[in-house]
This record gives sequence, C-alpha cells and structure tokens, in this order.
Amino acid sequence: MNSIGNKISPLVKSIPPSGIRKFFDLVAQTEGVISLGVGEPDYVTPWHIREECFYSLERGYTMYTSNAGLPELREEIAIYLKSKLGVEYSPANEILVTVGVSEALDLAMRVLLEPDDEVLVPEPCFVSYAPGAVLAYGKAVSVPTYASDEYRLTAENLEKCITPRSKVLVLAYPNNPTGGIMSREDLEALTSLIIKHDLIVISDEIYSELTYQGEHASIASLPGMKDRTLLMNGFSKAYAMTGWRIGYVCGHPEIIAAMTKVHQYTIMCAPIMGQKAAIEALRHGETEMRRMVDDYNNRRKLILSGLRSIGLDCFEPRGAFYCFPSITSSGLNSEEFCEKLLLEEQVAVVPGNAFGSNGNGHIRCCYAASVTNLEKAIERMGNFLQRHGAK
Amino acid sequence: MNLENRILKLITADAKLSNKTIASMLEVDEAIVEATIKKLEADNVILGYKTVIDWEKIGADGVTAMIDVKVSPEREVGFNRVAERICRFPEVRSVSLMSGTYDLSVVVTGETMKDISWFVSHRLSTLEQVQSTTTHFILKRYKHDDFVFEDPQEDKRLVVSP
Repeated sequence: MNSIGNKISPLVKSIPPSGIRKFFDLVAQTEGVISLGVGEPDYVTPWHIREECFYSLERGYTMYTSNAGLPELREEIAIYLKSKLGVEYSPANEILVTVGVSEALDLAMRVLLEPDDEVLVPEPCFVSYAPGAVLAYGKAVSVPTYASDEYRLTAENLEKCITPRSKVLVLAYPNNPTGGIMSREDLEALTSLIIKHDLIVISDEIYSELTYQGEHASIASLPGMKDRTLLMNGFSKAYAMTGWRIGYVCGHPEIIAAMTKVHQYTIMCAPIMGQKAAIEALRHGETEMRRMVDDYNNRRKLILSGLRSIGLDCFEPRGAFYCFPSITSSGLNSEEFCEKLLLEEQVAVVPGNAFGSNGNGHIRCCYAASVTNLEKAIERMGNFLQRHGAK
Repeated sequence: MNLENRILKLITADAKLSNKTIASMLEVDEAIVEATIKKLEADNVILGYKTVIDWEKIGADGVTAMIDVKVSPEREVGFNRVAERICRFPEVRSVSLMSGTYDLSVVVTGETMKDISWFVSHRLSTLEQVQSTTTHFILKRYKHDDFVFEDPQEDKRLVVSP
C-alpha cells in the first residue's frame, strides 16, 4: 500500500502506453536498420527559417509572449488561412498559438468535455486522440474507416457511432497513418449529421500542405461549420519544423478564450524562438515548402509502385507521407509482420494496429526517406514476402 | 512542367537515378524515360554526366584558379571568338561572359600554382584580344554544385515515431 506506484491516478494507469513505444525499443536495439517508421520529414528546417531564429536571439527575443502568441504570428496565420482555405479568423480572439497541435488537442479535450462525454475518433488515426479524451475524463468512441472507402469517414459509418453523449468529432485529414484525404464533397456529406447532432469538430490539419491531388479542403470552410470547428494546424510537417513545437488552433472566440485560460495556467506561452521562426516560415517559406512537397510526391509514387510490385495491396495515399498497405497476404498479423521484418530484413515499419484496432492487417510505411533507402527497403520487403507467402 | 523538364529536374539532383526509378516517380513507362533521355543526349541538351568529388579527402593535390579576363570584343563576333579559343585549352574548366568590370570568367585547374601561372602568362595573356587578367586561387571549397563539403548528412530523427 505504500508503493509509490499506488499514488498514480487510476485514470492515467488505465491508459495503455503507445503501441509505437514498444516497437521503438525493439528497433533501437537492432543494427543496420532502414527505418520507414518515422513520423516526420527527412528534411531539416529550411535554412532561412533557422537563420531568422538566430537573428531573433541576437536581438534579444528571449522573453514570454502574450498567452495567445505573438500578434504578428497570429496575423500571418490569419492571412495564410484566408488565402489557403478562404476562412477568416480574427487574430485578436480567434487564434491561439500552442506548443504543437498536440497541446491544442489536449486543451480542446479539457475545455470541451464533461465526464463521460463521447469523442468520436475515426480510426486508424494518430495515437493521441483517444488518450487525450480519456485524460479529460471523456470517452473515446472508435469510428472505423476502411481501405475500400480510401479511409474517408462516411456519414453512414459516423452515424452508427453517434449516441446522445456524443459531443466531439475528430477529423484528421490528410491522415496519419493511412495517407487518406477528404475532398470538399466528402466533407459536405458529413455536415448535416454534425449539425443535427450538435457536434464540435476538432479538425487536425497538420498535413494539409502535403496533399497530392486537388486542393486541401477544411471542414471549417463549409457553411455553418466555422463556429463549431476547432481548426488545428502547425509548422511541423509543411516546413519540416517538428522539433520547434509550434502549432495553432482557430475557432469560436468563446472556445478559444477558454482554451487560452487553460493554456495560460499550464504553458503560459509557446516558446518565442519557435514563434519567430514560424513567422518567417509563413512569410517566406512557400518556395522551399513546395520543393519538399514535390519531392515527397515523387517518392510517394516510387514507394506505391514498389509496394504493389512485391505483391502488397495498397490503396493510393493522396496526402501526408505514409503508405498503409495490407499485409494479410503474408498470413501474419501486423505486429508479427513488423517484428519478423525487422529481425529478418532490418526494415522498420510500424504495425497498423498501433493506430487503432482496425489498423490490424496493415503496416505504416513512411516515405520521408532517401530514394536509395526506399528502394533497398522495398527489395528487402520483397525478399521477406517471398519467404512469407506473398500472392 | 513537361516530361523532359521533369526528368531533367530529377537527374540534375541525382544523375544516378535509374530509368526505372524515374519512371515510377513520374508514372510513365520506363521505355519512355529511356527514349526521352536518349533524345536529350542526342540534342546536346544533356552534355554529359560528372561526379562531384572532395579530392582533398583522398589527399589529392591540385590547384584551381578563377581568372577575371578583360578582352577587346571583335566586330561581328563580339566576345564569342576569343571565348571559344579559350575554351579549347584542356586546363580550362569553364568560361563565362560576365557583366561588370571584366568580361570573361575563366576557371582553370592545374597540379601546381606554377602550372596555372604558366598558363596565364603563356597562353591566356598572349591572346591578342586579351587586355588584362586577374588570377584568384581557390584556397578552400565549402560548397560546390549544391554539395556542402564536410556536412555530416546523418539522419538525426528517432527511428520510430508516431
């Protein structure tokens, strides 16, 4: 009874550690691994952005910023969102700069949820949504999405999961881990249901710039949706700024004010160095960003044709930097496949079930890797499948 | 961007990309990539393929100089004739017509500084159109043809992340 472990809240104890963590330890112990298991760009932040950060430090920008973030940054975010999505947010009270989208997610759950409120989480998805809901005393309800729908959320599948306690819907497109996207029409098909059931949408659009077919569409831009959407984005993926931890959330002034209150007491403000760098990214980062996106697109096509050529069934991912092929032809489940592939061929990919139970039977392959490594990885996976019963 | 430009963009960054890789990236047949590259070679759009080497790493000596050359242009042909003459010397790596205070920028390599000064005094300065030369020896290279020398390119990312 005196064990320190007993002091830990049962709620926290109830949350399983991320499935990725376990696999990370295994990969870290293996030598000569080609990793397609990362979740970030293979570029470092463009030099002009790093340079602007040095310059701001030289000039002594080392202090707190206002809770909501530097006014210039919020203004640039407003300009960016208006030009990209056609949605207008007031820098004064509708935008909050956060420590990555991760903080914005946490704030949103804490601000919106009462005990046992339900958060609808389309899966497979990024690992934080369900634990975030539970940590805010809510309940995560998994909404399955399927390869046959290219992992779009359909109104039919959503409706099946809605209950009187449903309060929040998470939309995360372009999607990690599947690479699925939702077009404007796909999103329009959901809005009447969202409005009918009075849901708030948390729209995690961190991969928005990494859209390879058509333009990224935000649900916030659809009629009647702006006030009930919390649009979240950041700099990690588009500008290769993962370690800077700068994100933002935009939405109705009352929700943003409530989020700012929690943010003020827990974080105070996002680091000023990152905010200065983010301003530079928005003002002058488009060219470098387009170059990186074009390069991901080349590699996307390369890995997709490679995976298909070794007999893996894979729908065409149109966003982010992941492929999510089915590995059922191997007769192995996701975890067995990934462990054996790592031990036998030294290629690291992430088991699909780490992103929700209906990710089982799939693996996530990140193509933010060099062409040489992608080709080597495909060759090794081909050898592996020869031994493990590919079609 | 048309296919020729898309192919050129890829092989400018990496000449060793195989036709198969290029074909996958651009979603066209390998045979089309092969034919397009052959045509670009035949049309002298692609002049050749070279390797960027850090010779210092293997202890190879050698000297490179950039020479600013002032020349008198000639009637009808301007700077072209003298530029073409300078191009023909095998020790000349590149020749460009410049705006500004001099006319031609000539890059020359040799085994020793003496080789280069001999080239300048005996070959270059003696051309009748050449009025003057200023020779700058390269002391150290930091970046060349997009490659930064001494730039550790290791992947610093976590091997697996969400």
